[in-house]
This record gives sequence, C-alpha cells and structure tokens, in this order.
Amino acid sequence: MRDHDVAILGVGMHPWGKWGRNFVEYGITAARAALDDAGLTWSDVDFVAGADTIRNGYPGFIAGSTFSQALGWRGNRVASCYAACASGAQALDTARAHILAGLCDVALVVGADTTPKGFFAPVGGDRPDDPDWLRFRLLGATNPTYFALYARRRMELYGATPEDFAQVKVKNAKHGLANPNARYRKAVTVDDVMASPIVADPLRLLDICATSDGAAAIVLASMDAARRHTTNPVKIRAISTVTPTFPQTIIEMPNFATDSAAAVAPPERSFKDAIAWAAYEQAGIGPEDLDVAEVYDLSTALELDWYENIGLCKPGEAERLLRDGETALGGRIPVNPSGGLACFGEAIPAQALAQVCELTWQLRGHAGGRQVEGASVGLSCNQGLFGHGSSVIVVR
Amino acid sequence: MAAVDRPKTKPRVPAVDGWFTLDGDDGPALIGSRCQRCGTYSFPKQLNFCPNPACTSQDFDEVELSRHGRLWSYTNNCYQPPAPYVPPSGGFQPFAIAAVELEAEQMVVLGQLTAGVDVSELHVGQDVVLVVETLFEDDEAEYLVWKWRPIEPDATSGSAPRDQETHDA
Ligand SMILES: [Zn+2]
Repeated sequence: MRDHDVAILGVGMHPWGKWGRNFVEYGITAARAALDDAGLTWSDVDFVAGADTIRNGYPGFIAGSTFSQALGWRGNRVASCYAACASGAQALDTARAHILAGLCDVALVVGADTTPKGFFAPVGGDRPDDPDWLRFRLLGATNPTYFALYARRRMELYGATPEDFAQVKVKNAKHGLANPNARYRKAVTVDDVMASPIVADPLRLLDICATSDGAAAIVLASMDAARRHTTNPVKIRAISTVTPTFPQTIIEMPNFATDSAAAVAPPERSFKDAIAWAAYEQAGIGPEDLDVAEVYDLSTALELDWYENIGLCKPGEAERLLRDGETALGGRIPVNPSGGLACFGEAIPAQALAQVCELTWQLRGHAGGRQVEGASVGLSCNQGLFGHGSSVIVVR
Repeated sequence: MAAVDRPKTKPRVPAVDGWFTLDGDDGPALIGSRCQRCGTYSFPKQLNFCPNPACTSQDFDEVELSRHGRLWSYTNNCYQPPAPYVPPSGGFQPFAIAAVELEAEQMVVLGQLTAGVDVSELHVGQDVVLVVETLFEDDEAEYLVWKWRPIEPDATSGSAPRDQETHDA
C-alpha cells in the first residue's frame, strides 16, 4: 500500500443503451448499485462528486447536487466536474483529493447521460465566438472528421489498412459479448465493418462509436475506512488529469489549428502520451507492469493510437500488436475487455467512470466471460474536449 | 406593392469576419496573429494573450498566414453534419476536409478542400494552396470561406518527389 492510495469499495452501472429516459434515473440506479456493492447506504456517504453533462437539451450544468437531491438531500458536500469525456476522471480525482486531505472518509462519484441520436452537435443558438460552434458552421467538421484525420495519417505513415481498423471492432465486439452492461452484444466480422457505409473516409459506420445513454458510479473510501468493510480492496494508485504542453502540434477537436511551434520546439511527449505518462509517474510503474487496459476507442483507429500513447509498443507497431492478438483476451495485454466504446457507445460524463468500474471487476476476478486471468494492475485512458486528459491506474 | 426584381448577383461576404482576406496581390490569405515578443503564431488570431507559457506579451501583429502548405491528413465527410452547418443550395454533397501544415508558422490549419476533390487522389505531404469558395448561400448573400486546393505535383516547383501510394477507401 502507498500512502496516496484510496480504496474502491463499490462500483455500479446502469446498462448502456438508448433508453430515452432522464439521465438522473440512470445515475441513481448506478449509485445504488455501487453502494450495495460496497455494503454501504446513502447515509454513509460524506461527499458526492458529479461528472456533469451540459448538452443535449438540458438547461445549464447538471451537477453533483442533482444526484444528491435524487438520493435525498442530506446536507452532504458536493462537487460538480465538467471536463467533457474526462468529466468522470475529474470527479474521481476530486473525491480522491478530499479523502487524501482527510476531509471525508467515504465519497460517491456519479456520471450519467442521455444522448441524442446521431452526431454530437454543439450547444444551440448563434454563437459565432465559440470554436465548437464555428467548426460545424465553417468546416462542417464533426467529431468523426477529426477521428478520420488521425486514421488516414496512420494509414499513410504506418501502413495501417481499413481491415486493421475493422479488426479492432471485431476484437472489441467479441469482448463485449460477455458484458451485461454493454449496449451492443453481437459478434461482428471484418466483412460487416467493410460493408457499413463510409462516414468520414477512411472510417465506416462500424468504426465509429455510437452515442448512448448510461451511468456509472464508484464508492471511494480512505484506506482506514475501507478496512472496516473489506480486507483486500482494489485501490486507485494514480489519476492523471493533465493538459497538453505548449506547443500542442496535433490538431484536436474542436480547434481550427494546432499551436504554432515557430518559437518553441514541441514537447518530448505528445498530449496523449503525456496523459498516460503522468499516471505512470504518479504510480511509480511503467507500461510493462500492466495486465489490462481500457482506452477511449472513439474510433477503431484511435484504439491503435492509444496502444502507442500508453507505451504498449513503439509508434507504428500497434497494427502488429493487434494482428498478433496481443491486445485480445488471452493475449499479452488485453485492451478493452469490456468491449470498449465499440460495444457501449459514448455516454460522455459516465465513460471515464465506466472504464474504472471495468478495471475494478477485472482486478477482483469478477469479470466473468471477459476476465483477464490474474489481472492485478490496470490502466484507463481517456481524453476530453478542450484539452482534458484522464488516466487512472488501479492495483490490487 | 410592386414586385421587386431580385439582383442578379448577390453580395459575396465572408462567412466569418476577420478570419481571412478575400483578395490580395498573391490571392486570399488566412488572418492570424504573431506575438511581437516570441514570434508565436495563432489562428484564429489571438490579440489578448500569448499561448506560449513562457511569454507574457500583450503585443501582437495581425499577419497573413502562408498561402501554401502540405497535407498533414485529409478525409471525406459523407454524412451531412448537424446545424449550424448549412448545406449548399443544391443540397448536401460529400465534401473533403484537410489538415494542412504551414512551414513558416509551424502549425496545422484545417479547411475544407475545394469542391470536387477526390480524396483517393490525395496523399499526405501533397502541396495545397489557399483559395476562397462559396460555403452556402441564402436570399441575401453568398457566404464565402477559405478552402485548400490541391496542386498537381508536376505543376509545383520545389515539391519533393514522393512515391505514389494507393489506399482502399
Ligand atoms: Zn509570445
């Protein structure tokens, strides 16, 4: 045990899907499941951190207080965290910091969302000074546009093929078959992917993650408080919430341009490399210590980028790793045993928490048909719009 | 009230103010900024603070960015994006988007590729030039935006020779 560890006492999810109900319902289902899993009740919780949703027709920010009210006002302290796709990790980090500072013993972290059909769109209204609005108006640049730019670059630089991208989907679909919380539980073939329509060349419909409803919740506790409930909890050893370092030379949503490297040379590590690296440094481990990883496969091709970003292989070697089956269940380092976004679709504020729920089940040996045998160290990685990195390392 | 004849030519106006020039001796250009102290460029222009963390300058020049660049990557958008995207008056047609490296500025800038570009003909590193084209129109005006136009390899001087690669779409 390290002195900055906190214990994961309970995890819970509301299944991902397109349920069309209010997101608070999902959040409460997940929260109650996490409390049950921890053997605690709502009255044991000192602090609630909410991973916020701000879009999709809801007025204003949806916050930690929303879930506190739904569970019943108790005058507990709350925090509300918005960091786009990284919101869940920020909420988790806020809860962890409260525990490590001795400000609370038990914290509940909740993220939930209800999403519209189709492409994510910017917040409504005429907002010509918001780059997220302008990229749709001036460029017609959707999220898959950016994913496709990265995918095409992999093809030209490293010789990746559309079949490689399809194989990522095939792998994750197979993993997700055994996940009761996954939205899509159906085997997929390379031919299925290649027969789906092109959305943003070279990416096809089945290369790109859907948008989903869902919720995930985690009960965190200080190691002292945890000892009253369990003898061998899964522990959070690191949470990275870093920004890019100037100059950020890879084009990122929703920007029109990268930083300029005319005056300052690019940093040694790209943003996505730095996200995982900050977590490794905090945990005092390296990629060679990992047993399992959950990475943010917004597109199939992006999962290959993550292999390199989290140090599983050198740049340009991700396709080989995939082709050799090293990242599939049974391989050297299974990636996305949950099925990933390929099987879940994206429920933005819940997603970084869902990754940690999966790692917790894996490290407890409770992942059933998708279990990574003997897993004791896991890493999640995720990136939120506007420069929000997130990576969590859990150990047991 | 008498019927009003519609003007034969609608005014052509930028779809966004202050982001690019329509004309110039060398053609249109993107308008960025350059920090007077450290030389960092920004696009869109940033006249309030310098993105370089080591620089506290508050003095910036508006500058025209390089008109020529090289493809960093590219894609073809096959589905109509949601609002505030406005489809062209003839209805939605797939269109290509490029990320273009500018050498002097050491940055990558996005833009649509000119209408009719076939992405299967493109390759990373290819030379492109900035042009202005219609983005969409309504009853009042035709709205213009910057786009990148590929330059045929044999039409450019100084572009490095590159092996042709083919790609499955
Ligand atoms: Zn400066």
